[in-house]
Amino acid sequence: MEIPKSFLGYKRENGRVGTRNHVVILPVDDISNACAEAVANNIKGTFAIPHAYGRLQFGADLELFFDTMIGTGKNPNVAACVVIGIEPKWTKKIVDAIATTGKPVEGFSIEGAGDIKTIMKASRKAQEFSQWASEKQREECPLSDLWISVKCGESDTTSGMAANPAVGNLMDKLEPLGVHLCFGETSELTGAEKVCATRGATPEASKKFTKTWSDYNDFILKEATNDLSESQPTAGNIAGGLTTIEEKAFGNFQKIGSRKFIDVLTPAEEPKKGPGLYFMDTSSAAGECLTLQAAAGFNIHLFPTGQGNIIGNAIEPVVKLTGNPSTAVNMKEHIDLDVSKILKRQMNMDQAGDELIKTTVRAANGRLTCAEVLGHKEFIMTKLYRSA
Amino acid sequence: MTSTDIIIHDEKDNVGVVVIEKITPNQDCNCWVMENDKSVTIQSKNEIPLGHKIAMIDLNEGDTILKYGHDIGKVVKSIKKGEHVHVHNVKTKKW
Repeated sequence: MEIPKSFLGYKRENGRVGTRNHVVILPVDDISNACAEAVANNIKGTFAIPHAYGRLQFGADLELFFDTMIGTGKNPNVAACVVIGIEPKWTKKIVDAIATTGKPVEGFSIEGAGDIKTIMKASRKAQEFSQWASEKQREECPLSDLWISVKCGESDTTSGMAANPAVGNLMDKLEPLGVHLCFGETSELTGAEKVCATRGATPEASKKFTKTWSDYNDFILKEATNDLSESQPTAGNIAGGLTTIEEKAFGNFQKIGSRKFIDVLTPAEEPKKGPGLYFMDTSSAAGECLTLQAAAGFNIHLFPTGQGNIIGNAIEPVVKLTGNPSTAVNMKEHIDLDVSKILKRQMNMDQAGDELIKTTVRAANGRLTCAEVLGHKEFIMTKLYRSA
Repeated sequence: MTSTDIIIHDEKDNVGVVVIEKITPNQDCNCWVMENDKSVTIQSKNEIPLGHKIAMIDLNEGDTILKYGHDIGKVVKSIKKGEHVHVHNVKTKKW
């Protein structure tokens, strides 16, 4: 198949390209969720992304909080952003950082004004942004403007056999075209960590990966009461035939095809070494992983599943594929691409990769994914430790 | 092409994965090795559902299970060729 050279995206002020044209109402903290949701309810063409945190965080946990909030607002899938927090200082910090992209953004703080006045003021701004964004048109953009993140979930043995290697095949085909790619899931590489380390493009990248994985493993050994047997593999994984974390890890690892990663990113860190594959240190919980990848600037997500994870994301459209024939039938409304014919040898990996490229480009062009149509807008903050 | 009941990832693997709804005891199964496109056959001893593994050889306690050509855990209860391989007879080496 000839790979499409372009897709239709929204060109942003800073040169990045969005696959979506969101106007986001971003609450800075848990207690501002109600206000943000009221604004989104008033003004059509916007949505709020409520979350549970943003109060009394400190140190590295606070830094990650800001990186996640700011990165979310900066993501090119966001056309414009209204930020609402209880206090002016943290609200302004987030607004100022999002404003460096050149996109319309304005902040409102509730303290001293109350919800109702804030909702009124923020709604007027949100209306202006929504109508402004509605005039934006999609333009032809090179495929290299795609920043593709990947993460698998509710995996089973069909994931390692069909859906994950189909993603790997896509990576093998799209990386040479200058696409940015990102995989994560530090914990789910346990058992394949030594093999994964050999896939660093440079000795520095390999070393950085090994340190990231070892730090994670030290943390597990310190916090775990005995082992991870209760959560890795999950009950769903085991029902699907996965027996050990090593088996899960080698299946997971099929997603990067034969690519090498050029750098290792901290959670929510924006890639700075140009096009290519990056590894990001993330949890393997889907909501957290996708939120971090979106905050790093990725604009479309590929999600292979075995037993049928239903995750979406507030910022990135999530394209879901499965190699499990039962899931493809029983959870049809969640599956954008069925590659279960691989199991019957009626489809080979080259064909599956091509089909996935087609599905991905259609979603990038604006076709709503199953997760979008079903209303999945997960936005889940990664919390490093308890608040002060 | 005959229908495939079991897929084996790598030539070195000592387990295969069931890719039909289930295999029944004493079923003669067609296996396909992804890596080198070879075909082998095996007779099952248990009922094994889609996605679950079958032992391609006799395995003793302490033996290593190979899948994708890699070590994915250890045998904790001996397994006969054709038997179901899962959490009841295999464990991680990580903990």
